[in-house]
Amino acid sequence: MAELVIRKTLISIEEIFHEGGPAGPHPLKRGIALAVIRNPFAGRYVEEIQGFMEDLKPLGLRMATDLIKALGRNPEAIEGYGKGAIVGAGGEIEHGALWHVPGGYAMREALGGAKAIVPSTKKVGGPGTRLDVPVTHINASYVRSHFDAVEVGLADAPRADEMVLALVMTTGPRIHARVGGLKASEIKGEDGLR
Amino acid sequence: MKAKIRKLVTFIEETRREMDRDVNPPVRRAAAVAVIANPFSGRFVEDLSDLIDIGEELGGLLSERAVTALGIPGERVESYGKAAAVGENGELEHAAAILHPKLGAPFRKTLGKGAALIPSSKKRGGPGVPIDIPLGHKDAAFVRSHFDGMEVRVNDAPRADEIVVAVAVTDGGRPFPRIGGLSKDQIKGEDGLR
Repeated sequence: MAELVIRKTLISIEEIFHEGGPAGPHPLKRGIALAVIRNPFAGRYVEEIQGFMEDLKPLGLRMATDLIKALGRNPEAIEGYGKGAIVGAGGEIEHGALWHVPGGYAMREALGGAKAIVPSTKKVGGPGTRLDVPVTHINASYVRSHFDAVEVGLADAPRADEMVLALVMTTGPRIHARVGGLKASEIKGEDGLR
Repeated sequence: MKAKIRKLVTFIEETRREMDRDVNPPVRRAAAVAVIANPFSGRFVEDLSDLIDIGEELGGLLSERAVTALGIPGERVESYGKAAAVGENGELEHAAAILHPKLGAPFRKTLGKGAALIPSSKKRGGPGVPIDIPLGHKDAAFVRSHFDGMEVRVNDAPRADEIVVAVAVTDGGRPFPRIGGLSKDQIKGEDGLR
């Protein structure tokens, strides 16, 4: 088991009232939770890394819980989610992949069993690297109004021996969604897709 | 409200470690940001009083949101700062109109006091431009441990006819200040400087 060392956290909430069109009754909220952690495998090739996924689970849960709190404390208001990782230059992309299980597990658990796969992306980069985290509906990946992305990043991270781990949640469709496709009201909710 | 707000964003940053040492207690910094329409974009307007009034509105709104995000009473805020980024069809003077004449009074009201000048920065830029908000101690500008800056950005703002306005508040200075100068326990608090 590797030690989990957190240097910094960031929570940011966007409230979007309009984007040139008519403002709706409620603003769309999009929230991010980031944690800057030490990459225990930076600087060398380590074959066995899977145990770190287990170590990341409590962090994932805490980030998911904090994010729901910052978005208004109501898990039922969360409609979209996504996750991502930025690995510092001393690490490999595979280290970012360690976030898939603990990040996804945490959000599903905190949201009471969301059905859709959590969309994700990751990259290796230096301090200030931006990552566009994809977002889809929590119960049906094909809901077109909820396809979105939120840009995340921090000016001073990741350093070479760090990773930035990201969770993203949104409270609704894009602010002026109007390109058709499957609607949230039409979700069957059986397979996580439709 | 005179301000036409498209978006509000808050950031809460918590630094727990620096150079492998625990920052105890962690330093927390919060920024509140508004993306507004620039009423004078694309033409030269002599009288900027509408923007001055908008600055007053935002001084109250943003400082309240930032302090709420920080999670401490306004009186316990240690340092502060403000900044604005004007979209490409506006002028720097538009940022000045928002920041300087009237934004400070409601900001200080949220904090109970604030004898020191509120440090500020301004720039013109495109969507996603990084905004470095300078930070200084709210009661004594010369407190060296609290000279700092916080970077924020909103990836889709400012559009050409928008202005991004930001205020930041903290519960402490840099993580391990050790370059001397006036310390916060030496503040006299008479002139806003020392």
